Amino acid sequence: MPRHSTTRTAPRRGAVPFLNRGFYTGWRIATLFIALLVIIPLSVVFFSWHDPAREIWQHITETLLGNLLRNTFWLVTGVSTGTILLGVSLAWLTAVCEFPGRRFFTWALLLPLAMPAYVLAFVSLGLFDYAGPVQTWLRAWFGSSSWFPDVRATGGVVTILTLALYPYVYLLSRNAFQTQGKRLLEAAESLGCGPWRAFFLVVLPMARPWIAGGTLLVIMEALADFGAVSIFNYDTFTTAIYKAWFGFFSLPAAAQLASCLVLLVFFIIVAEQRMRSRMRFSESRQSAKSERILLDRRWRWLAFAYATTVLSFAFLLPLLQLLRWSLNIFHQEFTSRYLALLGHSLLLGLSAALLICACALLLAYTARRHPDAATCALVRTANLGYALPGTVLAVGIFIPVAALDNSVISLGRLFGFETGQIFQGTLLIMLVAYLVRFMAAGFKTIDGAMHRVTPSIDEAARLAGLRGLKLLGRVHLPILRNGLLSAFTLVFVDVMKEMPITLMTRPFGWDTLAVKIFELTSEGEWERAALPAVTLLLTGLVPIILLMRNSES
Amino acid sequence: MNGPLLELKNISQAYGDHWVVRNLSLSLNKGEIGCLLGASGCGKTTVLRTIAGFEPLLRGEIHLNGTTISREGHSLPPAKRAIGMVFQDYALFPHLTLFDNVAFGLRELSRPETVVRVHEMLELVGLDKAHAKYPHEISGGQQQRVALARALAPRPALLLLDEPFSNLDVTLRERLSTEVRDILKSYGATALFVTHNQHEAFAVADRIGVMADGAMLQWASAHELYHCPADRTVASFVGEGMLIPGLVEDAGDITTGLGVHRGIMCRPGGLPGRAIELLVRPEDVVHDDNSPIKAEVVRRNFRGASILYTLRLVSGDLVQALVPSHCDHAPGEHIGIRSDVRHVVVFDREDDVVTKAALEEA
Repeated sequence: MPRHSTTRTAPRRGAVPFLNRGFYTGWRIATLFIALLVIIPLSVVFFSWHDPAREIWQHITETLLGNLLRNTFWLVTGVSTGTILLGVSLAWLTAVCEFPGRRFFTWALLLPLAMPAYVLAFVSLGLFDYAGPVQTWLRAWFGSSSWFPDVRATGGVVTILTLALYPYVYLLSRNAFQTQGKRLLEAAESLGCGPWRAFFLVVLPMARPWIAGGTLLVIMEALADFGAVSIFNYDTFTTAIYKAWFGFFSLPAAAQLASCLVLLVFFIIVAEQRMRSRMRFSESRQSAKSERILLDRRWRWLAFAYATTVLSFAFLLPLLQLLRWSLNIFHQEFTSRYLALLGHSLLLGLSAALLICACALLLAYTARRHPDAATCALVRTANLGYALPGTVLAVGIFIPVAALDNSVISLGRLFGFETGQIFQGTLLIMLVAYLVRFMAAGFKTIDGAMHRVTPSIDEAARLAGLRGLKLLGRVHLPILRNGLLSAFTLVFVDVMKEMPITLMTRPFGWDTLAVKIFELTSEGEWERAALPAVTLLLTGLVPIILLMRNSES
Repeated sequence: MNGPLLELKNISQAYGDHWVVRNLSLSLNKGEIGCLLGASGCGKTTVLRTIAGFEPLLRGEIHLNGTTISREGHSLPPAKRAIGMVFQDYALFPHLTLFDNVAFGLRELSRPETVVRVHEMLELVGLDKAHAKYPHEISGGQQQRVALARALAPRPALLLLDEPFSNLDVTLRERLSTEVRDILKSYGATALFVTHNQHEAFAVADRIGVMADGAMLQWASAHELYHCPADRTVASFVGEGMLIPGLVEDAGDITTGLGVHRGIMCRPGGLPGRAIELLVRPEDVVHDDNSPIKAEVVRRNFRGASILYTLRLVSGDLVQALVPSHCDHAPGEHIGIRSDVRHVVVFDREDDVVTKAALEEA
């Protein structure tokens, strides 16, 4: 009889019956632990103010801070404006209109997501800089290229980040335009609105939460970008943090700069979370396939030319240039050193992806078992790291780990042991930083798959006599498998491409492809950076293909 | 103005090679409510969308208020037609309040005029208090009424409603359909709506057009459709009933398994000696224990106030009878019936046509 009573009370709706009551708190503790990994680096950078690095900070405020704020302001303003213009217009063209090549552009316009911004940055510099082929050619034909805009100016870096990041706005607003269908446009027309007027009165305002959501993601990425801005020598907070640490060797100054950046990011997160709830709010039910607007001949080809131009500059031209360079240097660069770099990148990517998938699965189960407010808040916190720039995380995690090391060393000395540094200079810091930064990417995917395991599936399985590990193996894992696989791929590729965390916290001499690109490009060796860049680009294509397949089904 | 407000002359529509509307005509007078009734996919929504101007017309002409709004190669833009539309999913603008939704089509009015008109419209549909709410904050039935108010607000010459009740649950559907008719009538609106539900059509419309496979089979009042259907398809689509075989006698009487029927035929149907089929509605068969004609109960379908019996006649033909539910009989029992067919509707027997074709072939 007692057994009967437990089976009656314990498994609530959505419960996973293979774990007993004792684990209930275990789930929460594990989640709390992961959430702490986000909270600790944040607190560390803010607590760094209790011991301000006065001299360096004075130098920073006098010479750097104004410039940093100005640069950040122009970067954010320029990139958000640019991505909205590109992303919304392309999304509308491909979602609602019909023009030559529309089906191709629908997915091809996502391809720039595969190209890390720093790769686009150095290839474009190589192409359009004074010594590059474009200006050389112009000089050969017209005698001068002095009228050519300075690609290294603010406009250059804004253009590069716009081209690299517009797919976020494109993807989200396309989604919005598609779910709107044509019905509301027709409703507006039947009420006396012409098609253009209807676009500005109905279509655009309704897509606003999506457009804003995409733009906020773009701003986060722009604030967090380290590679592209450092290639352009365009000082922002991320490069300043790097310089404070590795130039002035002042971790406190780096942490204090990081806290400024976090403050900026904080406003963006709050705004983004609000947009997300609005998006859920106005989610439209109808997704009826609707007829497209057939553009007339002139507009049709203009649309085609426009999409081709964007795709060329954001993806095709850089890709061709990278391939050309790679071919040039392949025989001298494809060496055991390259293979070692590749091995490091792969190892990091694989282990981080495994770790993150395991933790994300844990979070997803916790969220499913305990839908109470406190646990939800913990799960959300554990997923906030996507907003934290890599430079901030590097600083925020390195400091407490170093402190831990030091206390272990002094504790050891107390007992007469000489331990040396245990955690510093290991992969541990990197993995933890990756875990925090890329958790959301894994969690979102796995949690999405988890929603397909409805409570009634569990109940049906239990009626069929499946319990415990059998239930997990025969029901849950097969349903979750695709989700786990895409989460693994997404995280793997993100980690491969990641630059600042790897650069700042890697064990000595432990270079990866991304780090190598940073080192080579900071010396202007565009050509030699091409081979690692192509490698990263090709891996980057995998999640894009996954994304396209998902959006089709 | 004389003549119909809306006139469709021989319109045809196709998607690619597939004709969805064939040679369809209808006319609607000012203040009338018309309805296109048909199974899904019969082309009725296409007709509506063509009138609204969302689909270019392939053949034929559409006139509104005496002017041509659609003909081959010419189509007045939807925005300029003065036609209002209530969509199946209502298509309320989710980013606007109810007030702004209703005010959307009123751009030509001054602000005070707009306020007056919007409140007038919302009051008409009984939602004036909710004017500051957003569409997702109100129920489906309320959304439906807001959609109606929004479409009526610019005082369109014609109102189109596409399956206006199909997204509502059954009880609400019945209540709203009479409510909508009252609103339209009190507003003096001319309206054309589309439905696959005949009860809705009966409840709301003055004139009903039954469509099948893109063609208009009959355009008539509900009474005429029910009691004098133009062909078999209309007869079977509208209302219940059975076709039973019979023979036309010399005197014009009709003999069937139910006995001899005398009455005025709706349309000249069949010459003496012809094999025909007679339409027998459930109310045409009266339960009468004294009647010499007996029939076996095959199925009973309890409906509360009445029971619908399916009966097998001695001839083997099946008829239906609507009987007050006091008279409860189990399947297998034999009950007395007599026929009370007042509207005699006959069709040439189909197998007749088949034998004729077979003979010609031989």
